[in-house]
Amino acid sequence: MTPLPTSGLGVDLDVAAYALRLGDDALVLGQRLAEWAARSPQIEEDVALLNLALDQLGAARSLLTHAGRLLGPDADGHVRTEDDLAFLRDEPDWTNALLVELDGGDFGRTMARQLLVSAYQVPLYAALGSSADEGIAGVAGKAVKEVAYSLDHARSWVVRLGDGTDESHRRVQTGLDEVWPYAFELFERDPLVDRLLERGVAADPAAIEQQWQATVQEVLAEATLTVPETTWRPTGGRRGAHTTGFGYLLAELQHLHRSHPGARW
Amino acid sequence: MTPEAQVREVLSAVTDPEIPVITIDDLGVLRDVQVEGGHVTVTITPTYSGCPAMDEIEADIRSALAARGFDDVEVRSVLSPAWTTEWMSEAGREKLRAYGIAPPTRRASGPVLVTLGRPVRPSCPRCSSDDVEELTRFASTSCKSLWRCRACREPFDHFKDH
Repeated sequence: MTPLPTSGLGVDLDVAAYALRLGDDALVLGQRLAEWAARSPQIEEDVALLNLALDQLGAARSLLTHAGRLLGPDADGHVRTEDDLAFLRDEPDWTNALLVELDGGDFGRTMARQLLVSAYQVPLYAALGSSADEGIAGVAGKAVKEVAYSLDHARSWVVRLGDGTDESHRRVQTGLDEVWPYAFELFERDPLVDRLLERGVAADPAAIEQQWQATVQEVLAEATLTVPETTWRPTGGRRGAHTTGFGYLLAELQHLHRSHPGARW
Repeated sequence: MTPEAQVREVLSAVTDPEIPVITIDDLGVLRDVQVEGGHVTVTITPTYSGCPAMDEIEADIRSALAARGFDDVEVRSVLSPAWTTEWMSEAGREKLRAYGIAPPTRRASGPVLVTLGRPVRPSCPRCSSDDVEELTRFASTSCKSLWRCRACREPFDHFKDH
């Protein structure tokens, strides 16, 4: 809504890459949640999941806009907008974690995934609220209040399903077992995170993981669910190596924009 | 009247597209007005990150100002400081209640804590009873939850504390 300045863009590729990771996580999770539209077990749940999706989408829009400005003009002098980044990047250019792109499966698996993501996003955005990068701090300061609702929602469903009937327990446990190994990519460190920790921009993955463990262990115990024991740790999302299902997600997300460039309604 | 005051007077008629009884000023969405020469800068902030009403609010601001001769208008959207229900005016709270929406129950200070299934309870905007139950945390818009009054049996929206 504000015209972009044509000079003095303050190119910062490291912060751009970090904002893109955060924005990609939010956008892809929002897309996965939105797949529940008109398919939820009850109408209130339809509204709830779409509310969670909308919060993710809102954060993603600001983060992608911020990343686009920090990337600076491309070879044609064009500063990439949120739409350019959302609709015109190919699979290897996406840097979201694998956990958020996993197919939601049944409602139990969707809620297990949501618990693992929300228990990460709450301490993440709380920490990033004091990031040295003003753009990231601004988004985080808003988002931290919103993801608290997501965590609350996921927690109450995981407890209700886990401590519910034999069938609901079996299904949420199965979903949890399937998504669990993917959570640990969220806490990886790499040279980008190291450099941004030095500058006070990034959140410390080890501190986030500690809070994540505390929340998740508490909820799973209350839900009478078993913490999975697998030590398999799939990774690669931050480097653009994604799961098979991600291509289908992108095709659905991008086909309208690519088929009708510049379409508005 | 200063140019800023004139602009503010025009904007005092701009309402929330989804809750048309309350103005963007009552809501705390309108953050700042600056006039330099003929250039008007209006600063607004979203209630929730994904609030779909922001584009419409921007268009409403532009058309309200254009109708009064302000043509050179820039609308800026800022995220920081993050909007809170603390900024909602007393007049705004009363308008919400009269419209049938229970206003936020408290003045937030600092980050809102995760309530973990124990939401702060509003009172019924119709009969003022405190005997109410939450039906769903997520209602017709991001900023509201849906409740039912056990005294008068009416369902009602609650503008969530945020």
